Amino acid sequence: MIELTVNGTKRQVDVVPEMPLLWVLRDELGITSAKYGCGVAQCGACTVHIDGKAVRSCQSHIGEVAGKSVITLEGLHNKDQNPVLQAWIEHQVPQCGYCQTGQIMQAIALLRLIPKPTDEQINQVMSGNLCRCGTYPRIRAAIHAAAANKMAEK
Amino acid sequence: MGHMQTLSRRAFVFGSAAVAGGIAFGAYGRAEAAAPSAEGNPLAAGLGANSVTFNPWVEISPDKITLIAQHADIGQGVGSVQPIMIAEEMDLDPGQFEVRFAGPSPAYFNTGFKEELAPFLAADQSPEAEAARAAALESLRKSGLQMTGGSSTIPDTYDKLRVAGAVARETLKAAAAKRSGVAVADIRTQSGHVILPDGSKIPYVSLAAEAARIPPVLDAQPRDPSTWRMLGKPMTRLDVRAKVMGELQFGIDLKMEGMLYASVKLNPGKGQPLKSYDASKARAMPGVKKILEIKNGVAVIATNSWYAMKAVDAIACEWAPSAYPAEQADHWKVLESSFKPELLGKEWRTVGDVEAGLKRGKLVEAEYRAPYVAHQPLEPLNGIGLVTDKGMEIWVGHQSPQAVQAIAANAIGLKPEQVTFHNQWTGGSFGHRLEFENVRVLAEIANQMRGTPIKLVFSREEDFLQDIPRQIAIARHRGSVANGRIVATDLQLASTAPFKGLLERMGAPSKDPDPQLAAGTWNVYYDIPNFRATSYEAQGLSPCTTWRSVGASTAGFFTESFIDELIHAAGLDPMKARIAMCNVPHYRKLLETLAEMSNWKGPLGNGRGRGVAFVESFGTPVAEVVEVTATDRGIRIDKVWVAVDVGKVIDPVNFENQVQGGVVWGLGHAMNCELTYSKGAAQQTNYNHHEAMRIYQCPVIEVRGLENDPKVRGLGEPPVPPAAPALANAIFAATGKRIREMPFNKFIDFV
Repeated sequence: MIELTVNGTKRQVDVVPEMPLLWVLRDELGITSAKYGCGVAQCGACTVHIDGKAVRSCQSHIGEVAGKSVITLEGLHNKDQNPVLQAWIEHQVPQCGYCQTGQIMQAIALLRLIPKPTDEQINQVMSGNLCRCGTYPRIRAAIHAAAANKMAEK
Repeated sequence: MGHMQTLSRRAFVFGSAAVAGGIAFGAYGRAEAAAPSAEGNPLAAGLGANSVTFNPWVEISPDKITLIAQHADIGQGVGSVQPIMIAEEMDLDPGQFEVRFAGPSPAYFNTGFKEELAPFLAADQSPEAEAARAAALESLRKSGLQMTGGSSTIPDTYDKLRVAGAVARETLKAAAAKRSGVAVADIRTQSGHVILPDGSKIPYVSLAAEAARIPPVLDAQPRDPSTWRMLGKPMTRLDVRAKVMGELQFGIDLKMEGMLYASVKLNPGKGQPLKSYDASKARAMPGVKKILEIKNGVAVIATNSWYAMKAVDAIACEWAPSAYPAEQADHWKVLESSFKPELLGKEWRTVGDVEAGLKRGKLVEAEYRAPYVAHQPLEPLNGIGLVTDKGMEIWVGHQSPQAVQAIAANAIGLKPEQVTFHNQWTGGSFGHRLEFENVRVLAEIANQMRGTPIKLVFSREEDFLQDIPRQIAIARHRGSVANGRIVATDLQLASTAPFKGLLERMGAPSKDPDPQLAAGTWNVYYDIPNFRATSYEAQGLSPCTTWRSVGASTAGFFTESFIDELIHAAGLDPMKARIAMCNVPHYRKLLETLAEMSNWKGPLGNGRGRGVAFVESFGTPVAEVVEVTATDRGIRIDKVWVAVDVGKVIDPVNFENQVQGGVVWGLGHAMNCELTYSKGAAQQTNYNHHEAMRIYQCPVIEVRGLENDPKVRGLGEPPVPPAAPALANAIFAATGKRIREMPFNKFIDFV
């Protein structure tokens, strides 16, 4: 049994330690906001937070996640007030939406590091997140809007 | 009328239910005389007590209102706009109804295909062209073909869903009139309620039983667009919130009691069988329950998807060789030798005397190439299947419900009607979810695992390997210019046939020329006195299928790049010349609007350049300007302007998103994507080999929608074709380098 904390709850799973966190979340724990897109850290659809950092859950072996705190989009605090989620809705970013949970988790991590990023900084941090529908103009706009809202709150 | 023959054959495959069951036209009462029949409305069968259905799109029970989305949502937003078109007419607000995807039924036949199937140019509104479209509509009605594709959702549903909503509204009012004794004329509707003159409100749901007992008001008229509350105005897509909150379940997210997981390894020589395999390693791996042999490969059944993928990866397989050339170079050789009479698809259009015209003035000749390209939506192919003695249930996101039934049934010896199909929200398609590999394989696996729900997920690598790509094509274009004018243009291309390939795999092979090889070649709206457009169909190459914008995705690049070459050879300005040559008034207006938006003033200089391109596809004219800078690190795309004429913009925010996405799709794949074969297998197996555009390369994209077209048009695909030629033309303007082959990064670097 491997024990980890997901969205504040202790969970136990009986799998091999090499199993990626992504598949533990999806198939063993039924937490599906982290998406399988590529399996090789090329698309970012599986992005979650481990101890506050954005990571590709397809590359995190569950054995190494044991004892750490995993937050998926489902586990964000106060989702209705979250400025990134609000901006994503306001700007109607999604088309198919499959990559967007990963985009959002990456954007939240970006804004924690850089509260008011430039386009260049957005490019640097968000380029690992692929969107096949091409919603990049809206992702950029939503991040700027979320940054502005966050600044206004302070 | 070759296309009609294609359709009637297809009708033979899918149409038997249509003929036997009759088709419900309750919502068509205005246009068609056919009376609604209970057996023709697929909602009638599953209707609960005290419930009513007025037509195949509206169902009201005492508890809830359900609106049916007949077209599949592949990210383009039709899971939202279809029910909103109904809700607009029914005076329903978002949140007052549920949305359900349609099951297979001829009642949902796609009327929108009539535009593409009639052999006339989109801009041709002559009585002859309209008569051909009317004939195509009848053929479609007989076929009962329900399919999402060809940018046809809005053209198909714009009238019929608003009429469906109006019929529901007027019938509810009639039921309320009967109950209250008040004249219908004094009754109105608002926010899910019928409102009586005294101000009292009756919820629609409480009128369901009474509405079921009166005849539907079939002559109900949809409202004038000037009265719209939601349509045509910025509105929020119904699926946006659930997608942002991570609450929307895609097909891949479904889970069932007792479910096991499957992964497959299939012959990478597409369509060929398995010869032998050794699964001794895989059998001992964690979580593995079973190893199955299927027609063209092997499957592992395991306790989760990852165990299944790891184990299937460990199986050694020997494959029958591919039916197409093993090496990519030989694919090109076949294409190069395909410009010959016996492979003629069709001479689609001839104006004037091309051979004589080519002898006048300066001759320009050029060869263009476009490679195979993969679709690769981010949600890999998947599905859940359950086979029992009664039949099969399948949960999968797909654009052709009836074909899913037929393919799954054929694979395991069932009748199509024994297959129950549940459509799913999908993480993109771009044409991928018109094909069937996951459906066929899932049926085979579930049939060997009877009684157990099986969830199949393709690994990304398997998805790439089995992706039936976009057509590969070579164009050999000739033209001549004299006295500052284009005198003649002879457009010839040799290509694999994507639409015919799809029809063949659907069980309806066609001998007619592939109409998608005319798209982007014959529909050139420039006043060129001598013009010819010809297609040749290469044989024996990789299977190909429809890839977002299909034929125009390659031919649009060839044609609009070559026209640019002729314009430069004639010493003209690329924008001004196109405007001057454009022979359809509202298309000319589109180009003028684009020139104004982009403030086009000719060459920019200093390593900067602009290119323009104009392509009509699926009836929708789109013109784009791309601006680039040649930097030390390569070409940087700075900005894109897009003008689109769809006749009527129904969902403005989603409209802009779709257009921007189409531009990103067109640019990204032109820059750096190709699918090549070696040893019969695709060499690109993940996004690092087939990347397209990432956010750091994405320019600002300014969009304007025009409403001058006489018809309401679709736009899922049309923004794609002009992007590649506009980029190539911009690179030429910035660097003097003319790129005639995709992907462009074989010839120039991008930032």
